[in-house]
Amino acid sequence: MIESDNISLDHRVIYSIVEEGSRVLDLGCGKGELLYPLVRDKHVRAQGIELDDKAIQECVKKGLSVFHDDIENSLPEFPDRSFDYVILNQSMQQVKKVDDVIQESLRIGNKVIVGFPNFAYIKSRFMLFFRGRAPITGSLPYLWFDTPNVRFLSITDFKNFCEEKKIRIVEAHFLGENDVVRFFPNLFALNAVFVLKNG
Amino acid sequence: MKKNKNEKTDTNSVGVVETKFIVFAGPGEEFKCESGDTLGLITLAYETYGALNRDKTNAILVLHALSGDAHAAGVHAGQDDTGWWDEMIGPGKAFDTNRYFIICSNVIGGCKGSTGPSSVNPATGKPYALEFPFITVADMVNAQRHLVDHFGIDTLLCVAGGSMGGMQVLQWVASYPERVKSAIPIATTLKHSPQQIAFNEVIRQSIMADPAWREGNYYEYGQPEKGLSVARMIGHITFMSDQSMEEKFSRRLKNDKFSFGFDADFEVEGYLRYRGANFVKRFDANSYLYITKAIDYFDLSGAGLIPQGKTVSTRFLIISFKSDWLYPPYQSQEIVRLLKRRHVDATYCELTSTYGHDAFLIEVEEQTTLIRHFLDKTFNGYQVRGHDRIR
Repeated sequence: MIESDNISLDHRVIYSIVEEGSRVLDLGCGKGELLYPLVRDKHVRAQGIELDDKAIQECVKKGLSVFHDDIENSLPEFPDRSFDYVILNQSMQQVKKVDDVIQESLRIGNKVIVGFPNFAYIKSRFMLFFRGRAPITGSLPYLWFDTPNVRFLSITDFKNFCEEKKIRIVEAHFLGENDVVRFFPNLFALNAVFVLKNG
Repeated sequence: MKKNKNEKTDTNSVGVVETKFIVFAGPGEEFKCESGDTLGLITLAYETYGALNRDKTNAILVLHALSGDAHAAGVHAGQDDTGWWDEMIGPGKAFDTNRYFIICSNVIGGCKGSTGPSSVNPATGKPYALEFPFITVADMVNAQRHLVDHFGIDTLLCVAGGSMGGMQVLQWVASYPERVKSAIPIATTLKHSPQQIAFNEVIRQSIMADPAWREGNYYEYGQPEKGLSVARMIGHITFMSDQSMEEKFSRRLKNDKFSFGFDADFEVEGYLRYRGANFVKRFDANSYLYITKAIDYFDLSGAGLIPQGKTVSTRFLIISFKSDWLYPPYQSQEIVRLLKRRHVDATYCELTSTYGHDAFLIEVEEQTTLIRHFLDKTFNGYQVRGHDRIR
């Protein structure tokens, strides 16, 4: 089983969602922190996409298969239903054409797992409202001038987006600093993990 | 680019090696070329490093570029020159000879010990010259298959190579997918582009424009030196990048002032002349013609590599270099796109380097990391990995 001390909460949640032996595409897989335990323990067939060549080297050290590419360019060539899961964890907010990427992910994956920082987290609201500063939180740790993020959204925003695009939310997980958040997630959750399906 | 490395490689070199040969396609078993022509009695040169295990599951076939040879690692007795990929093949190196059995095979059509246009045609007792059949990359690989059979190896753990070596890697997968467990095509392409064909055509024309070429029948008289050296100079320009040339030569002069003549004023001119003159001593002009033609014919795009609706279980590691404009990264990305469409397990990495196409021979460190771990996973899977575990 996955050891809890070194694995972030969002990774633990996604780890438990993904089924044994499934085919997984991780968009923006970093150093393979999520894919590696999935491959090792759950024998998934994993493919990563990553732009940073140092991170790719780390993935290869872990025995993972990775394509050096950016997320937006990497999707069109994959045939429909190539994967059981397409994971877009902490990378959706760095993508320009979010709509395209999610639609493409739904095409090539049976399910899409999206994880993102909640911009409406209570501490963000305080920072913006009382201090008049761009929020910096545990899930949004960047200063405004050097953030990789180009999209800022709340859990409510994302739910509305799915409704409008007729995307079905199969599961939703809301995460605080150390544990799952059960009440008023749009206020108290740092991160959210959604499992999506077409129609 | 292969100087100053002896002192570094002594401790983990494969040591003294020798080139060996197999002979096949004797009378009644002639080799059928893709062109339809046949070739009788073929010699193929190769070297091996490391030991083949009992199950014959640790064999890696390494394939060389256009003007390369079977001497990939170590030194020949009494000589100082290390093999062309010595920094990548040896104990503890990317292709670890403590674990794997490495075979480096030459190509037919060449002039480095294997049958080619400079070989004696048994039918006439004279060099083949232009009587030699036109060969393709598929023919080169078909000949190498005889070598792999010779060792009784059913499945190769890996086939690896850069540039034309990478084309052979792809051709191995196309021709014998079930015999290739993993493939490492480096700085290569699925098909030669018009620009690549154009360079090769200029290369060929410069050889054939030399009167000393004599329609290919120069063997009694000596090589068409002028044409062949110009051909090689063109090649060397394409192997470097604008930036690496700036770093290596800038506008430095060989002497302090302009000659106001057509001597080699600039260091870059001197370098190209030196390279050209050297090449004439080591490579046959007709082989250069034949092999450039073979790679111009190379095209595994579309259904060539893997037919539509089919897949292969071969794992891929594809490497390209940002400054390589002879085999630019977009060509490696084309391979990646094709593998995605065919559901093939693959890794692609575009390495940062300023060395241009030569990078695959020079950029040892990052290639070593990628290749060593890729081979480890291919050979051992996850089950027996005792190291590098996530904590």
